Amino acid sequence: MSVDSNSRVVTSRRMIRSLEELERVREEVRKRRSSVARSVRVCIGTGCAAKGSRELYELFYKAAEESGAEVEVEAKCVGCHGFCERGPIVVIQPENIFYQGVEEPDVGEIFRETVIGGRVVERLLYEDPGTGKKARTEEEISFYRVQERIVLAGNGWIDPTDIEDCLCMGGYGALAKALSEMGPEEIIAEVEKSGLRGRGGGGFPTVRKWRSCREAEGDMKYVICNGDEGDPGAFMDRSIMEGNPHSVIEGMIIGAYAIGAAQGYIYVRNEYPLAVEHLRRAIEQAREMGFLGEGILGSSFSFDIRINRGGGAFVCGESTALMASLEGLVGEPRAKYVHTVEHGLHDRPTNLNNVETWANIPAIINRGGEWFGSIGTEGSKGTKVFSLVGKIVNTGLVEVPMGMTLRQIVNEIGGGVKGGKAFKAVQTGGPSGGCIPAEHLDARVDFDELTKLGSMMGSGGMIVMDEDTCMVNIAKYFLGFLKDESCGKCTPCREGIPQMLYILERITGGEGEEGDLTKLEVLGQLLSEASLCALGKTAANPVLSTIRYFRGEYEEHIAERRCPAKECRGLFYYDINAEVCTGCGICRKNCPVDAITGERKSPHLIDQEQCTKCGTCFEKCPFTAIAKV
Amino acid sequence: MDKITFTIDGQKITADKGMTILEAALENGIYIPHLCYHPDLEPVGVCRLCMVEIEQRGLFTSCNTPAEPEIAVRTETPEIEKVRRVTAELLIVNHPFDCLICEKNTNCELQKIAHFIGIDEEHINKMRKPERILPIDTSNPFFIYDPNRCVLCGICVRTCRNTVSISTLDFMDRGYNSIVSTFGNKPILESRCVSCGECVARCPVGSLKPKETPIPSREIKTTCPYCGVGCGLILGSRGDKIVSSRGDIENPINKGQLCVKGRFGHEFINHPERLTTPLTKKDGLFVETSWDEALELIADKFSHYNGDQFVALSSAKCTNEENYIMQKFTRAVMGTNTIDHCARLCHAPSVAGLAQSFGSGAMTNSINEIQYTKSIFAIGTNTTSAHPVIAYKIKNAVKEGSKLIVANPKEIDLCEFADIFLQHRPGTDVALLMGIMKVIVDENLYDRDFINKRCENFTDFKSSLDNFTLDFVERITGVHRDKIIQAAVTYATHKPGMLFYAMGITQHTHGTDNVLATSNIALLTGNIGKPSTGVNPLRGQNNVQGACDLGALPNVYPGYQKVDVPAIKQKFEKAWNCTLSEEPGLTHTEIFDSILEGKIKVLYQMGENPVISEANASHVIKAIEQLEFFVAQDIFLTETARYADVVLPASSFAEKDGTFTNTERRVQRVRKAIEPLGESKPDWQITCEIAKRMGKEGFDFTHPVQIMDEIASLTPSYGGISYERLEYHDLQWPCPNDTHMGTPILHSESFATASGKGKFMPLTYKPSFELPDDDYPLILTTDRSLYHFHTATMTRKGGLVKLRDRELVEINPQDAEELGLTNAQLVKVISRRGVVKSQIKITDVSQKGVISMTFHFAESPTNLLTNDAIDPVAKIPETKVCAVRIEKV
Repeated sequence: MSVDSNSRVVTSRRMIRSLEELERVREEVRKRRSSVARSVRVCIGTGCAAKGSRELYELFYKAAEESGAEVEVEAKCVGCHGFCERGPIVVIQPENIFYQGVEEPDVGEIFRETVIGGRVVERLLYEDPGTGKKARTEEEISFYRVQERIVLAGNGWIDPTDIEDCLCMGGYGALAKALSEMGPEEIIAEVEKSGLRGRGGGGFPTVRKWRSCREAEGDMKYVICNGDEGDPGAFMDRSIMEGNPHSVIEGMIIGAYAIGAAQGYIYVRNEYPLAVEHLRRAIEQAREMGFLGEGILGSSFSFDIRINRGGGAFVCGESTALMASLEGLVGEPRAKYVHTVEHGLHDRPTNLNNVETWANIPAIINRGGEWFGSIGTEGSKGTKVFSLVGKIVNTGLVEVPMGMTLRQIVNEIGGGVKGGKAFKAVQTGGPSGGCIPAEHLDARVDFDELTKLGSMMGSGGMIVMDEDTCMVNIAKYFLGFLKDESCGKCTPCREGIPQMLYILERITGGEGEEGDLTKLEVLGQLLSEASLCALGKTAANPVLSTIRYFRGEYEEHIAERRCPAKECRGLFYYDINAEVCTGCGICRKNCPVDAITGERKSPHLIDQEQCTKCGTCFEKCPFTAIAKV
Repeated sequence: MDKITFTIDGQKITADKGMTILEAALENGIYIPHLCYHPDLEPVGVCRLCMVEIEQRGLFTSCNTPAEPEIAVRTETPEIEKVRRVTAELLIVNHPFDCLICEKNTNCELQKIAHFIGIDEEHINKMRKPERILPIDTSNPFFIYDPNRCVLCGICVRTCRNTVSISTLDFMDRGYNSIVSTFGNKPILESRCVSCGECVARCPVGSLKPKETPIPSREIKTTCPYCGVGCGLILGSRGDKIVSSRGDIENPINKGQLCVKGRFGHEFINHPERLTTPLTKKDGLFVETSWDEALELIADKFSHYNGDQFVALSSAKCTNEENYIMQKFTRAVMGTNTIDHCARLCHAPSVAGLAQSFGSGAMTNSINEIQYTKSIFAIGTNTTSAHPVIAYKIKNAVKEGSKLIVANPKEIDLCEFADIFLQHRPGTDVALLMGIMKVIVDENLYDRDFINKRCENFTDFKSSLDNFTLDFVERITGVHRDKIIQAAVTYATHKPGMLFYAMGITQHTHGTDNVLATSNIALLTGNIGKPSTGVNPLRGQNNVQGACDLGALPNVYPGYQKVDVPAIKQKFEKAWNCTLSEEPGLTHTEIFDSILEGKIKVLYQMGENPVISEANASHVIKAIEQLEFFVAQDIFLTETARYADVVLPASSFAEKDGTFTNTERRVQRVRKAIEPLGESKPDWQITCEIAKRMGKEGFDFTHPVQIMDEIASLTPSYGGISYERLEYHDLQWPCPNDTHMGTPILHSESFATASGKGKFMPLTYKPSFELPDDDYPLILTTDRSLYHFHTATMTRKGGLVKLRDRELVEINPQDAEELGLTNAQLVKVISRRGVVKSQIKITDVSQKGVISMTFHFAESPTNLLTNDAIDPVAKIPETKVCAVRIEKV
């Protein structure tokens, strides 16, 4: 028995040298765990942690330690459940009672009532805003009901710092199966049957990469996990790495075995400290148990994984830039006429997949490619994880089968637009994705359908926008992001993005001209046709897709100098409604440029000449007497 | 080469397999706009201008897409036109419109593209964003970097990284803010830039451009006058001035590349200090005289002395023809063999040593074989400073996978690329090499087969290794045994292997032994007589090889034909119609002793500066002061020429025709670019004039081409060399007849020794003549700066001075601390022979106990300190090791 220096997990980890031994150990762990009467699972995913779940976990842990109860109880930390809107989330097993919005004062009650007493604390249950019905478990909550969790199956249930939790859930069973029952070719055949496509954005058939890399000549081959998730608002890969790192590691080991790679790298951005920490521990524990290292599970196959922390450049999510960065060079992409599966990292055959792709592999091996292929649409199989954010009721992480409609995701899972506002668009695919308007809400979400609509799957960001969102401004925002993240190597991306941004700045600043839209389209087309890497090729999507669906809005900006959503500073003004204004003077006192005048207790006036449209008065007015006009 | 065919715009194209579409198009005269492509560099496809359509596949950048058989390429479609136009516009938008005042006007790739696509000014102006003005870097004496004109094609970055392997430039920042910059965005002069100008030569726009370089009105191909690499130059002239110099891409050695001296060091040619009229000394002062008067005086004086009283110092800077004339004059007119030149001070041991072991004393292999070698052993050569273009090739070979072993007392720049660096004590080369060879023998890594078939004297040699145990070698050299073993195993197991050396091997009292050690190791590993192998002494001067070849040596006629062999003497007597001496003459080092002894009374010196270049220079000065008559023929009034009675103004290499023979025995043309400056005359003409005025026949040449014909008729190894053949062929001697194509690799069938076998030479370790003691505790060794050449007569005449303007004694930080010295402090360096003042540079490039100085700066004449003890065989003085102490001033 040993105590992990960084966690409180007491384990009996030992090197496993055969498949039989693995099953034996698994049974031992399960048996030992069966004595636990109740287990408190506190989510320490980033969302819940931001709301103080770490402290909750400490309190529960202390309570469990100090409880003199006759039955054995425990407190564990788990990864993201997905329902971040309602965090911190605490689940009590084995009944799986789902408490949401838990705060520190609730700990004592939960422990006393539920953990010891087995009773439900009603007020902490989720209440359906439509029906008012309380939900005791996840299954009863609409947010979860239509989801299908393959990749996220373990999230929220297993303690990512304890490999035994993973073993209880059947972890590394796929690896055992792959090593004992399947040869590399059979694994590849199974992946082919599954129809799995790369989850990093491109949707390239995984099997094609694997096979080419397996067939490429080379004494040393590498597999890489791309964990450089950099899209604003996206946290799919982060949640997987934080919540169930073993699924990624197991996928990589199987992939490496199929390809013939001896070394793996996980490239994860340094802004994800928890992901790095959980991966590090998971790798250490996997090594201790013989899932990594020399002669894995007693076979002749050896493989190990190293973590490499990225410096936060968005372009390093591009495979060739990532490999350059891994080699210690500046993270810039190169022309891909030489394929990385043949000449990748250190010029050797290299197979790179995204976190979510790797995490799908164990399930495909366990349950078969055919099963996986039965989920989803014709061209896109399996499920996809999305981070659903923006102006939506249920912000969170969702996993749905490919082919679900946007409407279902937004309305059923997301609970519709916040504040009863009208839905305007959903942006998918990260900064280089596109905006899809309401008229296409019934589109089925898969790789090809999203591309057809001028957007893309990307890695799975999904940002919902309401009627108050200016689409020109949104395009400008994403383009600004991409301008900062362009590496500057190729002309179209380096020069084209700033040129487009320059035009958008003019438009939103009230200086748009006729012909600007054509110019934007021409430049956008150049970017997609002539850029060196995927960043540049897709960089114009936010502009092109918004022009495609919201051309009228652009034209209003240019021709009428008007921003219908009243977001663009140059294109609206603030006005005080004299009927509502009480003359309290708050606006006058807060105006940074002294543009507001008025006697006490009589309606105030804004001097439009002086006003800088900073919006302070609008925010400060206690009587909502100020309006954007 | 396999050929493929495909079509471009329907036109059938034949191209070499492996060519890119762009290369194939350009070769077939089809222009596809491009900016980031350069034929010398790996394509990166970043400017995106060279887009073409491959039918049924889509758009591709043609610069990095290989041409495949039967593809149909389109270079003009509406789609391509649009992509190309918008991309070009985006670049032009950020670019100044002031073409007329830009040096690259009419020679700018961006301008060419703008012309090609046609630009709408109004449209461009609308795209212009508020201007960003970045500071222009004018710090370098030779070129300007203007980031505002940069198109970020990266050609300069790739050039610096990949062709010269310096990596001064790289991209800084990213995206729209990207700029090309040095490390830390420092001015170029403060960066690690070596000013080779390769980036300037390749910049497609006006961003990196030479300073103050007028466009030449005519250009001529010639050969660089600096080191022995022999780079092809294209000199540009305007009126009577040389205004530009660029690399000749057709030259087989440099293929267009140059170093800082070759590219920018041509300011000496038209320098105001050039000698333009003859000078005679009257009452201790020089006065201008007419040629007539000067030549009459000389002819008269020379006629009054016999051969024993006369000495000629020839020049490794002058042409083959001039050296031939000089030795012919000395032998046929003055009747003596006492002619020598500065080869005595650099590679005499190579000539002597390699003649013993291989039968011929020159570089055995050729420069371009470097790229295919598997290991390089560079001992006693600071290649990046002294032979920069060869250093480019060595570094590139390393990048292609060759091993590099560097042995040098100093941690020279090449060490950055070395697999193994052996920092031995100065003067311990025999011990180091024999130690390495003992390991090779003990580990059974030597080439038995080669030794059995092609060598002799192995057994004797082998037993001489017994003394060189690792204990002994480690103690003598200061190199850890593991490194010795590592070097031995690396060199013996990575074949073919090339060994390079220079003055670090030769300038010792045991210089010949050092050379023999290098030939032993080549024989031992079978690294000789095959491509990419050999013992390769790097010759320092542009024509030091040729000066030796053409008999500017006291013991041999042209082609190393011995003066004391009667048949040879008779051959020359017949050809020159005179009586010749069969007694070998005196060597450079012996000459000054003989002057001091009062035997030699007259010195005729062409293009040499022994007051600065000779070891123990005060001894030389004393001798020169004793001469009865001294004629100096030079392009500048050098430190030595000041002592002359008559000074004759010679023409520089740019003002005359001739040939130079480079370090790899390649004979190359020197061509006249401008008329001789003032009244100056080519050296061959001057010497011929003197001979004629002395009433001698055989000097009626009107052009060097006639001299070369005479050379060919008397010199077997130059038998096939003629100006006509040199127009079309690259010829390396031996080239015995006019159908022979030259010999890039020596000894491939048999050695030039009497037995035809390579001879192993048993060796013992001999310490340097003067070792440190309590009074003189430090070793002084000599080195070169990249920015200067020899006594700096040519290099201290322009911008090169800004890159290095003074002597700097390089001293190890520990030594400096013990002496209480701070960086740049002025000190006195004192040896038993002299005192020199200089500033110091504290650097761990120098090992403890060893300081180093160049001899480029007459204000700090290092050779006042050096030791004139000589190698008994080659008579070279020991300029690499002497004992000194340092005192504060």
